[in-house]
Amino acid sequence: MAYDPKNPMKDRITDIGPRHYEEFMPPVIKKNFGKWLYHEILEPGVLMHKAESGDEVYTVRVAAARLMSIELIRDAMKIADKHCEGCFRWTTRNNIEFMVDNKSKLEPLKADLKANPMFPIGGTGAGVTNIVHTQGWIHCHTPAIDASGIVKSVMDDLFKHFQSMDLPAQVRIALACCLNMCGAVHCSDIAILGFHRKPPFVQHEVISSICEIPLAIAACPTGAIKPATVDGKKSVSVNGERCMFCGNCYTMCPAMPLMDAEADCVVIMVGGKISNRISAPKFSKVVIPMIPSNPPRWPEVVAAVRNILETYAKDANKYERLGEWAERIGWEKFFEKCNLPFDVKTIDDYTLAYNTLRTTTQFKFS
Amino acid sequence: MAKFKTPMLDELEKGPWPSFVTDIKRQAKTKPELEDLLGQVELSYKDKETHWKHGGIVGVFGYGGGVIGRYSDMPKEFPGIAHFHTVRVNQPSGLYYSTKYLGQLMDIWERRGSGLTNMHGSTGDMVLLGTTTDQLEEIFWELTHDLNTDLGGSGSNLRTPSCCLGMSRCEWACFDTQAACHHMTNHYQDELHRPAFPYKFKFKFSGCPNDCVAAIARSDMAFIGTWRDDIRIDQAAVGAYVNGELKPNAGAHAGRDWGKFDIVKEVINLCPSKCMSWDGKALKINNKECVRCMHCINVMPRALRPGLDKGCSILCGAKAPILEGQRLATLIVPFIKMEPPYEEVKALIEKVFDWWMEHGKNRERLGELIGRVGMREFLKAIEVKAIPQMVKEPRSNPYIFWEEADVPGGWTRDLAAFRKKHPL
Repeated sequence: MAYDPKNPMKDRITDIGPRHYEEFMPPVIKKNFGKWLYHEILEPGVLMHKAESGDEVYTVRVAAARLMSIELIRDAMKIADKHCEGCFRWTTRNNIEFMVDNKSKLEPLKADLKANPMFPIGGTGAGVTNIVHTQGWIHCHTPAIDASGIVKSVMDDLFKHFQSMDLPAQVRIALACCLNMCGAVHCSDIAILGFHRKPPFVQHEVISSICEIPLAIAACPTGAIKPATVDGKKSVSVNGERCMFCGNCYTMCPAMPLMDAEADCVVIMVGGKISNRISAPKFSKVVIPMIPSNPPRWPEVVAAVRNILETYAKDANKYERLGEWAERIGWEKFFEKCNLPFDVKTIDDYTLAYNTLRTTTQFKFS
Repeated sequence: MAKFKTPMLDELEKGPWPSFVTDIKRQAKTKPELEDLLGQVELSYKDKETHWKHGGIVGVFGYGGGVIGRYSDMPKEFPGIAHFHTVRVNQPSGLYYSTKYLGQLMDIWERRGSGLTNMHGSTGDMVLLGTTTDQLEEIFWELTHDLNTDLGGSGSNLRTPSCCLGMSRCEWACFDTQAACHHMTNHYQDELHRPAFPYKFKFKFSGCPNDCVAAIARSDMAFIGTWRDDIRIDQAAVGAYVNGELKPNAGAHAGRDWGKFDIVKEVINLCPSKCMSWDGKALKINNKECVRCMHCINVMPRALRPGLDKGCSILCGAKAPILEGQRLATLIVPFIKMEPPYEEVKALIEKVFDWWMEHGKNRERLGELIGRVGMREFLKAIEVKAIPQMVKEPRSNPYIFWEEADVPGGWTRDLAAFRKKHPL
């Protein structure tokens, strides 16, 4: 029985949700569900979980580019079939995990993974794991930068940290190709953000026929867009001085594109965290308002990330996340130690700016 | 012989990190449309601008989301990707797959799409990246009929919920995150497939305050596991950490020699509520003072475990910066049991939905609405009593709103009588 385009409602199935995860969990996982006792990271990328029953499950974690072809997925499937009874999983940060229920199965699994350069083992503990990112030029209509290319460039440079656990604490890096920030970029140790710097075009002759103008006007967080009549047609005007290039209007209206190869750039933000461990979750903070975006390998971005990471790695205490370290030493010391200039653009002037200003005489001299 | 020269993309085949370029090139051998993708992306690398057009409405009948329309802005030069829509496939909770199931998905995709996927999208769905409009209903038919699998959500709807792997492998999971995620996804199918909300709404389920699914940063309702009784202590194991028999941190810091494990420096002194003590023999935790940050447990997993009276904290209102600024989710319910059929939780969810649907402006997230009208209105609508755990600190401006009914004598007053006492 196949889909009949002349009869789309016939035998139509909807609203059934996802397949049940219980079908896909390996036997050792199912058997010990909810009864795990402790875990150990045996080496970078290899975890062992011990169950109350005494059973063990060994997990090998490998990197993946998030963007994966069917062929590559089938390569991973072959390994899962050979070693893992046909079960495996992905992680929240786009890595792949292969599980075996016996230590004797571990080395053969690792050997097959090591034989494929697309499956490097690592991503655990106090290191740098996969970079959460989105579509960039591979698929998105709003990006200021690519995503996959920068992730590849940065992770090539930081690769040793994917396969070692020698940082003071884990460093979560995330990338957003534009201000929409798909993913948890606003709470990452290091965030790489694509940024536009020119206000949108307005295509006056078509805007009223392809957009709902009130939506475009309401979309602007700074009120920079106003209704206007241009050549007798209903349109809008954009106050460039009020624009902060977020592209929200373009999201609502195709007649207002804003990308620009000359001006689109990268912003680096640091110091965010999600977890509640020791200190409360924090937002990432802008520390480099503008780095040029230079494909194919973005050397300036790679260098900036490495500089911050290495400065943190040398100076922070064990367990200190990057943001906790910066707060302990004071942000003036962060800029000094990382040898980064401080610019007025790094001071908040948006809705919650007051909360970020220093309301004490406690400071360190530069 | 590749269709287009891609000297810039070729640079990204070098280096130890898995190369998406190498991957796409290999798949292009059986999927020639990917040659056009490589050509267009190479052009973007040269131009430093994307060549994808603004969305467009495509989908399957009866659903208002799950498919993202995408068109190349250079269809003559790159005809293979003139249409390149994505299909969001609702992932199994915890991202477990069997090779049989994934193989079947890949077989459908091989026949009907570009051969590229995202494992996974940011929200959690599996993304089938790149197909043409005429394939959408066919793909949906095969997913639902042959694989018993549905699409995920998009638009102003309930987005596909996601969760950490929870009790399937984590000793710290305080509730069954996968069961909760799967249940809520199925219970709210209508809200997921038929966008009727002011904007997007996200649920995320993390089993403990480590929050591996970043629920506190990006969900409108974050369900984060917790416990309310005492941390379980194995004193012998604590001793084993102290004397070096057991390596601390489950090996997470093993890459550097941080010196001998010092329980006072590394655990007692780092406790945010300073509720722990070590006298050389026994570790004591004043659990009433503990804020359950997970640090001590993360450091000594063989000695410390979460308590047994487990459940979930619910926090609301997280979002990324666009539009009004970023928000972390704020604590609303300190503790609720997360056990099927989750009636109490669903009752709360529905009150949140109802209030937000009624009062939210177009494209206003829950957190922004709470910011605009205030916690007082939110708590009144969801019928939750104000407690100090909801605030970091009480208000500093005393601009307190009172309702007439709560003030003795109401607001109507006798001016004449007043003036008699207090002439002008």
